[in-house]
Amino acid sequence: MKADSDFQILGRLKSQVSIIFDGNAVQVRQGGNLAAELLAAGITTFRRTPKSGAQRGPFCMMGACYDCLVSIDGIVRQSCMLTAEDGLVVERAGPGAGTDE
Amino acid sequence: MSETDLIIIGAGPAGLAAARMAADCGLAVLLLDEQRAAGGQIYRNVDGVSDAEAAVLGKDYLSGRKLTSALAHPKIQHFHHAVVWQVSGDCRVSYSIDGNGTTVAGRALLIATGAVERPMPIPGWTLPGVMTAGAAQILLKQSGVAAANAVLAGSGPLLYLVASQLCRAGQPPRALVETQGPRDLAGALRHGAGALRGWKYPLKGLGLLAELRRAGVERHTGARDIRIEGNDRTEVLTFKTRSGFKRIDCRTVLLHHGVVPNTQITRSVEIEHRWDVGQSCFVPARDDWGRTSLERVFVAGDGGGIGGAEAAALKGRLSALAAACDLGYLEASAKDEAARPIRRALAKEMAARPFIDMAYPPYREALIPGDGTIICRCEEIDAAEIRRCVSLGCEGPNQTKAYCRAGMGACQGRYCGLTVTNILSDELGRSPDEVGYYRIRAPLKPVTLGELAAMHEDKTEGIQT
Repeated sequence: MKADSDFQILGRLKSQVSIIFDGNAVQVRQGGNLAAELLAAGITTFRRTPKSGAQRGPFCMMGACYDCLVSIDGIVRQSCMLTAEDGLVVERAGPGAGTDE
Repeated sequence: MSETDLIIIGAGPAGLAAARMAADCGLAVLLLDEQRAAGGQIYRNVDGVSDAEAAVLGKDYLSGRKLTSALAHPKIQHFHHAVVWQVSGDCRVSYSIDGNGTTVAGRALLIATGAVERPMPIPGWTLPGVMTAGAAQILLKQSGVAAANAVLAGSGPLLYLVASQLCRAGQPPRALVETQGPRDLAGALRHGAGALRGWKYPLKGLGLLAELRRAGVERHTGARDIRIEGNDRTEVLTFKTRSGFKRIDCRTVLLHHGVVPNTQITRSVEIEHRWDVGQSCFVPARDDWGRTSLERVFVAGDGGGIGGAEAAALKGRLSALAAACDLGYLEASAKDEAARPIRRALAKEMAARPFIDMAYPPYREALIPGDGTIICRCEEIDAAEIRRCVSLGCEGPNQTKAYCRAGMGACQGRYCGLTVTNILSDELGRSPDEVGYYRIRAPLKPVTLGELAAMHEDKTEGIQT
């Protein structure tokens, strides 16, 4: 998956762990920024919009745009503000996931 | 409720410098920041990068370590990962750390929440693969991750910096598509004298451009009609220049046409704001100590008007001195004395700013976009819908919310607010000051009912003791 990614990790790879993204195992660096790790793993669509179902991915990486939303344990959160931990189960956020206020 | 002398929100250059200066004056300081380490966006993860990453990011970035290391002071309490979701004008701040909410009362408050990228709504800007240039830089700083074969589009020195950092990371950008033209540079040269006083910035820009030339990065200027197209993700960027129509296949586009003050908190406490014509954005009204229209509430750094990292640190120190004086820790004469060298440095630091603002104006088509371009990313509202609101009698941004839901989504108007004001101003023929901005209400960031309920229990305990 890495070879296809538009985002390349510089230098040596730190210890890799496995997380689940939308049902698929993804190798990421333990303790890395979740949004960055998913991008580096070649994932581009993080959520679908509630209104039109359009695909979205990280835009600002600083907690302001809310486009990198994912669902963890049923709670929709900003992946750019989270840390990747071994065994984390992440779902794409989408219509009905409660992103609307 | 716990109490402290000075609450500072934001651990970027302004907040960091202010924290140390205030602590040195004897104030008890609580520094709240939502990231995992101090530095703000400009010095993000500055204490955590590897040597290889440091070489990519450069000397200016590493200079932030001076500010972060100065936090080690017994009077400074620094909470990272603290998400502030409510601020009141009497210096009370509510925040959560890992889902635990609390409220703290300060005798003074410094809002140092920095800048966000100026929204750059162009056709296709919501597609996956489109990010801000700042986001690409955060990926480098925080994660050592470089965008490969990216196209950078817009205007401003940050584009050159990010492009050259990507070159050093071994991922030279596919192209640089700049919107400013030769006329902008000619206009800016009228500020040549100012640029000479602040010589290091234009010089730095020339150095970066030379680096990009050596790396063979394709560069276009005077670009207009920029569009991003793709089926579910970014596939191609098109634009026009004087030499004709161009089309670049790419999977990542990094947008930037300047940064603007992050006014979410200053708006929420109803500090006065005014339109800054030179920087095409709202800034909170402040005196030269960072004092606002609210007593003992200060604003420092880019959140009070864009000046860059070094100016932000200097402004943070000035606000800290004023807060120390207001709280009785410092005589007025000592405050003025301490401020003198800071003001001299600040004047020098700001000298090149008018030159930079004029040489790299925002991309016009993204200030008042054409119909069909999405303005509110969250609610997917395009410019035509905003204009339709005006034809139905809408007179201001808060009415636009009710008419079409623009600004009602999760980002609370952070990425559409300025554009909505601009469109309304254009349609109604009124100044942005007359049109105004969204009213911003707490919670400023999402907070769960569980967090609020848990806080209520805390309060009861407090009353019993």
